[in-house]
Amino acid sequence: MQYNSIDEANRAVIDRITGSAPFLVDVVPAKSKIKELNEGKVLLHAGPPIKWDDMTGPMQGSCIGASLYEGWAANEEEAEKMLAGGEVKFIPCHHVNAVGPMGGITSANMPVFVVENRSTGNEAYCIMNEGIGKVLRFGAYSDEVINRLKWMQDVLAPTIAKALKLTDDGLNLNVMIAKAITMGDEFHQRNIAASLIFLKEISPYIVQVDMDEKERHEVIKFLADTDQFFLNIMMATGKAVLDGARQIEEGTVVTAMCRNGKDFGIRISGMGDEWFTAPVNTPQGLFFTGYSQDDANSDIGDSAITETFGVGGFAMIAAPGVTRFVGAGGFSDALSTSNEMTEICIDQNSNFTIPTWDFQGTCLGIDARKVVETGIEPVINTGIAHKKAGLGQVGAGTVRAPKECFEKALEAYAKKLGLI
Amino acid sequence: MIHTIIKKNSYQDSINLMLLTNEVSAIEGINKVQVMMATPANKDIFKGAGLYTDELETAESNDMAIVVDTDSEEKVQEVVDKTEQYLKDQSISGGDQAFETVRTWDKAIKTLPNANMAMISVPGQYAAEEGHAALDRGLHVFMFSDNVPMEAEAELKQKAHEKGLLVMGPDCGTGILDGIPMAFANVVKKGRIGIVGASGTGIQEVSSIIDRLGEGVSHAIGTGGRDLKDPIGAITMMDGIKALENHTQTDVIAIISKPPAKEVRDKVVDLLHSVSKPVVAIFLGEKPEQHEGNVYQAYTLAETAQIAVDLVRSNDIKEDYNAGDYDVEGVTLKEGQNAVKGLFSGGTLASETAVLLSDALGLGTSITNEDGYVFKKDGHEVVDLGDDKYTQGKPHPMIDPETRAKFIEQSAQDEKTAVILLDFVLGYGSHDDMASALLPSIEKAFAHAKSEGRELYIVASVCGTTSDPQDYQGHINRLRDAGIIVKDNNNEAVRTALSIVGLHVDDIKKAHVDVPATQNDLSVSDQVQAFVNERPSIINVGLKSFTNALTDNNAQVVQFDWRPVAGGNEKMRKILSLLK
Repeated sequence: MQYNSIDEANRAVIDRITGSAPFLVDVVPAKSKIKELNEGKVLLHAGPPIKWDDMTGPMQGSCIGASLYEGWAANEEEAEKMLAGGEVKFIPCHHVNAVGPMGGITSANMPVFVVENRSTGNEAYCIMNEGIGKVLRFGAYSDEVINRLKWMQDVLAPTIAKALKLTDDGLNLNVMIAKAITMGDEFHQRNIAASLIFLKEISPYIVQVDMDEKERHEVIKFLADTDQFFLNIMMATGKAVLDGARQIEEGTVVTAMCRNGKDFGIRISGMGDEWFTAPVNTPQGLFFTGYSQDDANSDIGDSAITETFGVGGFAMIAAPGVTRFVGAGGFSDALSTSNEMTEICIDQNSNFTIPTWDFQGTCLGIDARKVVETGIEPVINTGIAHKKAGLGQVGAGTVRAPKECFEKALEAYAKKLGLI
Repeated sequence: MIHTIIKKNSYQDSINLMLLTNEVSAIEGINKVQVMMATPANKDIFKGAGLYTDELETAESNDMAIVVDTDSEEKVQEVVDKTEQYLKDQSISGGDQAFETVRTWDKAIKTLPNANMAMISVPGQYAAEEGHAALDRGLHVFMFSDNVPMEAEAELKQKAHEKGLLVMGPDCGTGILDGIPMAFANVVKKGRIGIVGASGTGIQEVSSIIDRLGEGVSHAIGTGGRDLKDPIGAITMMDGIKALENHTQTDVIAIISKPPAKEVRDKVVDLLHSVSKPVVAIFLGEKPEQHEGNVYQAYTLAETAQIAVDLVRSNDIKEDYNAGDYDVEGVTLKEGQNAVKGLFSGGTLASETAVLLSDALGLGTSITNEDGYVFKKDGHEVVDLGDDKYTQGKPHPMIDPETRAKFIEQSAQDEKTAVILLDFVLGYGSHDDMASALLPSIEKAFAHAKSEGRELYIVASVCGTTSDPQDYQGHINRLRDAGIIVKDNNNEAVRTALSIVGLHVDDIKKAHVDVPATQNDLSVSDQVQAFVNERPSIINVGLKSFTNALTDNNAQVVQFDWRPVAGGNEKMRKILSLLK
């Protein structure tokens, strides 16, 4: 090891996080950035690697939707047959510099945000947020869903791409995040402030884009209506920052947390690309009328990259407004949640100070050792999918990362260092 | 039928669960119930209670186990409900706290950067490790935890000494630092008498009497019961003495200990003769014959307090503080009814009783603890109910009346019993109202003796002050109203009990002799100097209830909700230690 101690290595990793410079620079078809998507029928998915047979309902539903969207199948039956028949290759988003919400299903022609981390020179990608209700990421694949995806591909994405080109050098995401956290966002369950800031930043350029006025109105209306629009930008940001940090291949800092509906997977800085997995938990929370805990799908999605970055559930105190929505008991619960998470983190990130937390910075650098030592499992704010494909989101709540992942990671790292 | 309920990953501290066990035991229709963390040691206790099950076998250290023996199935749910309610109420009552709660040392230090002491009350097997963690962070240690191996204690204390820090304990039940009561301690006025003591209730008795005599205590530094044993060599006692010597607000030093190893005693006494301040020392079980130079020697705890008070007031020191009139009028006992039963919650009070009883019987003053009895001869018995023998899986008798209540009723049934001697120890940590808790048994005892045509005498003393959270005078009144003879302190209570059975102690009149002062190095580290001169700022590692005394007295405190590292998973514990 090139560092004198694990603490020193970890410090180097988290210094990369605080020193990061993520910018939103473009929106492009996924295949233009991810070459694997050009090699036959390929779908990206959330979480660590998984086979079709092991996918839960929402992820399978998303696969069907993506197959219809890409024109690989004419209908649901055909798509299902093709998918079950092994004609489609599955790759985790994380393996190709990407992250995906819920099912995380990303196909060649879906537009993705491009976030560039200028401090480390790497990029990360994430599909765009489709809004709420019947959406692909929750496994819905009706015509309404597919049509919206087409509109995003044909109208929304090119508009934002053109608008971004008009900016000097993209949008400085650290600045937007720092502003939004003082406005009550925690960037997983609540992104309304950041989404408005995005709209504020981008609309002067959108009005300059040469385009159909009706479509311009549609774009502005969609951005204004989509409270969680920024979530996917945040996810790509988290990925870009943490991928930059994990270029340092030592230490016990958690560099990714993600779920595929079956397994929860984590990476730590000292173990590079290796996944350490354990069966996922099922989120607990509040449900939309007519649904209950029994309908909840097990934990799914790459969005836990926000918690890995130090926001989401870790920054619950920044967003007291959603603590009730995610099932917690109020402000004091939000406070104790964030306080608890500081126990498993190495430091706090003064780039993002939280007014409701006496201007303490967001949590910085989950140390797998602290998770194992204390038994405090990272808390994740999350949407809850219906376990049947196509029914979409049924609630929101919180879930914990299983500590077995962290135990396995530490054991492997101790072996790698020749300590056991 | 035995039912087992395992609550995974639900850590609670043992005192809480013992109190909870008592509460659910009261449910009608339950034969037996035990709620404990499923640690290997506790599993043995379940075995011992005949409550071992297959489900328990598979439970882990971080799991809470409820084992219920009941004939009716529906009672099991009642136990579970009551358990949950109890734990929930506790979290509600903890809702508005004057301190922050943390789970790691890093966070504790970050929360209270000026902390200078850790108060450690984790299970004994983990205590040394946490002690080292505290010392490594430059903190003095107050270790309430017991069952720490002697070698571990020696290692901790040597390390502390080298770092210029103090380790009070292990098994340090009490202390007073700058007027702030620690663990089991009375609320004693601040004053000019400093105490260093190797015993819990010894310090409580002496400091309470000092308060009641109108003086006060600067610091009472506990050392743990084994500090004066050979392998430790009185490291804490000697550093404590030097600390008080260097503390300008301390004018008189009181030393309390059981008889130490000869070489250790000589070393300590030699140091005391270097001290510039007057000293009063009691080595309980030694019957001193003279006062030597600046070192005044006491035979009883009360005498220790009285000499300290006279020293601080610059009064002449009397030759004997113990003589007095302890007669009880109109005693009627039956033929052969001549036994004294001392049933004590305080270990040192039990020892003092045994010493006086042994002395009065002409058996010398040296006593030994055998099988939970501090003294047992000719029907006389002195029991330390706080001994490990009686506290396995049960709360200490200063918290829980149950064991002592049984002993009181049993003693009354023995027709040889003439006198039952009791102690009531007030202060933080102790039961809210032990007098009322024991009165039903006391009344039963009186009634039983009466029904058999005997007179039974119960003599008690209350160790406490008028500032204690409990009602000191009310305690005395309730006991007197019940027909109990209440004396001011344990020494007087014992002598009163002896006189009832026609025994008495011959006291020695102690002359003062001059001895040359010695020349030991009395300097202390900067940290110890700061420790006695500044208000303690404390990380409380373990029992949350200890924070009450601290916050009531405006001490800065952060609560460290301690749990076993990696949930007690040995493999992960080892890996973590390798990945430091």
